[in-house]
Amino acid sequence: MSKTISIDGQSVPFEEGQTIMDAALAAGVYIPHLCHNPEFTPHGSCKLCTVKVNGRNVASCTMPAVEGQEVLNDTEELNADRLALTQMLFVEGNHLCPACEKSGNCQLQAVAYYLGMMSPHYNHFYPQREVDASHPDVILDRNRCIYCELCVRASRDADGKCVFGMSGRGIGSSLVVNSASGRLGDTNLAVTDKAVQVCPTGAILIKGKGFTVPIGRRIFDHYTIKQIQTGGGPHE
Amino acid sequence: MDRPETPDIAPLLTPILAHHGHDASKLLQILRDVQDACHIIPAGAIDLIAVHLGVPRVNVEGVAGFYSFLSTRPVGEYQVLFSGNITDQMLGQDDLMQYLCNKLWVESGKVSEDGLVSIAGTSCTGMCDQGPAALVNGWALTNLDRNRLDLIGELIRSRKPVAEWPPMLFETVDNIRRADVLLGEALAPGDAIRAVLARGARKTLAEMDNSNLRGRGGAGFKTASKWSFCHAAIVEEEGHVICDIGGHPERFIVCNADEGEPGTFKDRVLLNSYADLVFEGMTVGARVVGAGKGFLYLRGEYRYLLGQLEGVLKRRREAGLLGDNILGQADFNFDIEIHLGAGAYICGEESALIESLEGKRGRPRNRPPFPVTHGYQGRPTVVDNVETFACAAKIAAQGGAWFAALGTAQSTGTKLLSVSGDVSRPGIYEYPFGVTVRQVLADCGAEDPYAVQISGPSGTTISWKEFDRRIAFEDLPTAGAFMVFKRKRDVFDAVRNFTHFFAHESCGFCTPCRVGTALQQKIIDKIHSGHGTPSDLEELKRLGHLLKTMSHCGLGSSAANPVLDALAKFPDAFERKLAGLAFEPAFDLDGALETARKITGRDDEWAHL
Ligand SMILES: Cc1cc2nc3c(=O)[nH]c(=O)nc-3n(C[C@H](O)[C@H](O)[C@H](O)COP(=O)(O)O)c2cc1C
Ligand code: SF4
Ligand code: SF4
Ligand code: FES
Repeated sequence: MSKTISIDGQSVPFEEGQTIMDAALAAGVYIPHLCHNPEFTPHGSCKLCTVKVNGRNVASCTMPAVEGQEVLNDTEELNADRLALTQMLFVEGNHLCPACEKSGNCQLQAVAYYLGMMSPHYNHFYPQREVDASHPDVILDRNRCIYCELCVRASRDADGKCVFGMSGRGIGSSLVVNSASGRLGDTNLAVTDKAVQVCPTGAILIKGKGFTVPIGRRIFDHYTIKQIQTGGGPHE
Repeated sequence: MDRPETPDIAPLLTPILAHHGHDASKLLQILRDVQDACHIIPAGAIDLIAVHLGVPRVNVEGVAGFYSFLSTRPVGEYQVLFSGNITDQMLGQDDLMQYLCNKLWVESGKVSEDGLVSIAGTSCTGMCDQGPAALVNGWALTNLDRNRLDLIGELIRSRKPVAEWPPMLFETVDNIRRADVLLGEALAPGDAIRAVLARGARKTLAEMDNSNLRGRGGAGFKTASKWSFCHAAIVEEEGHVICDIGGHPERFIVCNADEGEPGTFKDRVLLNSYADLVFEGMTVGARVVGAGKGFLYLRGEYRYLLGQLEGVLKRRREAGLLGDNILGQADFNFDIEIHLGAGAYICGEESALIESLEGKRGRPRNRPPFPVTHGYQGRPTVVDNVETFACAAKIAAQGGAWFAALGTAQSTGTKLLSVSGDVSRPGIYEYPFGVTVRQVLADCGAEDPYAVQISGPSGTTISWKEFDRRIAFEDLPTAGAFMVFKRKRDVFDAVRNFTHFFAHESCGFCTPCRVGTALQQKIIDKIHSGHGTPSDLEELKRLGHLLKTMSHCGLGSSAANPVLDALAKFPDAFERKLAGLAFEPAFDLDGALETARKITGRDDEWAHL
């Protein structure tokens, strides 16, 4: 007999070694998340996936599932807190959705839709961040980076390259690239690298592909992020 | 990106890398040496270090960018960092810093044009009982006043090497004002280890258990449980190792001497005058869990202790108290290595500390797994506070029951308090647990006390109404800080100081803390500048909730404590400052003209809105 946890009263099976997020995704239960991507080692930094287990908040993407856990996920309080975190991510960077090529395919934007974000709420930080267009095929716009480190993990673990890394600290954190010049063009990044495909926002974009799919026909124009990330999206 | 001109750094780097055995886990130590030599981590050094250690360049750059005492932009040949704790501020730190800046013609936060000097602030340097304090090129300065700064200014202008400065400037004192069993009764080096060898490791663990010793670093976890988990981690893995077989190389004992919590300085005193007791405790721990290697993680601010601590270790090796076959016991091998931090409060958090020990950015790990099973290099590791190890040595020598008879039932033994602020006798006070705040205030000569910050910014603010509360895990748990504020003080100043501290020290890993501490600072500053409104107070409470409940580690989850405590206990401190409207824009029109005023050198009436 397989082991189970309960998420919002629903019984969800899991296997030893799975996290709460793994179990939820496998069962088609949506827990909002941004820094998690099932293909990579869980990171646990965005905290959007926070759930309540036996009265205590934990990040579901890193917390192992344990027999009998009572998990609260889709509650008003948690969604309000997730909304606040999403708003924080918007104001700490410079996200001008109407001018962004990722608009409509962006997970940050999609999560904001899902959580009912109507305004940024907090005052914008308007940080000065560098845009790096030095690579022939890829553009890195740090204004849209949410420090999920998916590119860092993908480059290190899937591409075996370590093109990306983190530097700085606190609100002064920054995404850095592996070259003495500090430029993406001087790294060995290839457009086919996994690291180029995983960015949930418009911080890493492939050049020469601007608006090939027009706005209005993009993924989240038709589906919610919940549908997409729990397998209810378009079938190929 | 422009790269500052640097001389050929290869000749400089070669001996540094060799000294650290080209070991990637020594990256932080290597970078500290480079910073010392160059007053910057030059981009070229990052390239070379990456090549020589065989790690990606981004990793080296990431570490160089994380720690406050490393910089990828030049700092002055003489770098003076003023300790920014609230107690330093109350002693006039702001004026003094400005005084030195004027004297040396340099703006705070900038480097003088000739590259000679830079002056800036830093988090509490742990000299609150002898402040205002500062660091010059990493060496601790105490009791600063204008006279001393005149002298320091001269020394800098005449380019006198810091090593040749008058020793008087660097004098530090213990200020032990009240000693109990830990500080008062001496233990001869080796006595505790001998007791352990006579009794056996298993029975020593039982004594630790009976003592009910709880960690002195803040969280108050029962030490015996931690040690037995660490020990059990190996038993489980290998199926057959039994407790009395010591010297297992793959378990680690780590002494947490990061002491970054503002207002805390008792570990400094223990390490200065009771280092044997601390190392003895680590050795006891090593025997109990079967560790072969120990680390002392010493905060960078205490580098001046490094030499003498190395001396104590050397003496203990010579006395057979460290090294192979300790006290002639064939299977007992244990030694201790000291690592220096580089200005990062978060590295006091045990898993961030372990990352830092491994030469990485100090980022708290995901837990589970916990360090007791997966710690340093993924091996079972005990991380305990300096004072915890000192207590452990005493318990090993004198037994658990002796210790348990002191203090209260839930909080056995004594506690070292670091008392500072508005008191006539600041310093170290050792009390049995259960002492009232009122008693401490009376003993330290507090003048008209109004509020006390227990356990530092991440602890609890108590008001004069609560002075009968007790220092104990069951009432007021503390890592040791005890900062006293008299009635004339503005509690808001302390709150503002603490919110700046947390924003500066957030590691930046998780959203709620990275952005939340920055937002909290902005709102507090807005209120400070007279633009606050009642809605800002509501926003602070909401942010406090997010920080407390959503953060990845204890830094974020306690970063709102001073704000929430003060809002609840000293609402006046905020309300006095509010602009009184329901809403005030965060954007300060007049403030926005500041840059223009600076450029044009104007500050007249017409240059203001
Ligand atoms: C942000 C943060 C900073 C900390 N700083 C220290 C410190 O400087 N010294 C310390 O002993 N513990 C510190 N701790 C607690 C450690 O994580 C850990 O609990 C402690 O070292 C365990 O030792 P103990 O059981 O002997 O108290 C800190 C925790 C956090 C969250
Ligand atoms: S660039 Fe994209 S993938 Fe990389 S950390 Fe930033 S948001 Fe995440
Ligand atoms: S709570 Fe703060 S210090 Fe802790 S992991 Fe998150 S950002 Fe880092
Ligand atoms: S998805 Fe779990 S913390 Fe980001």
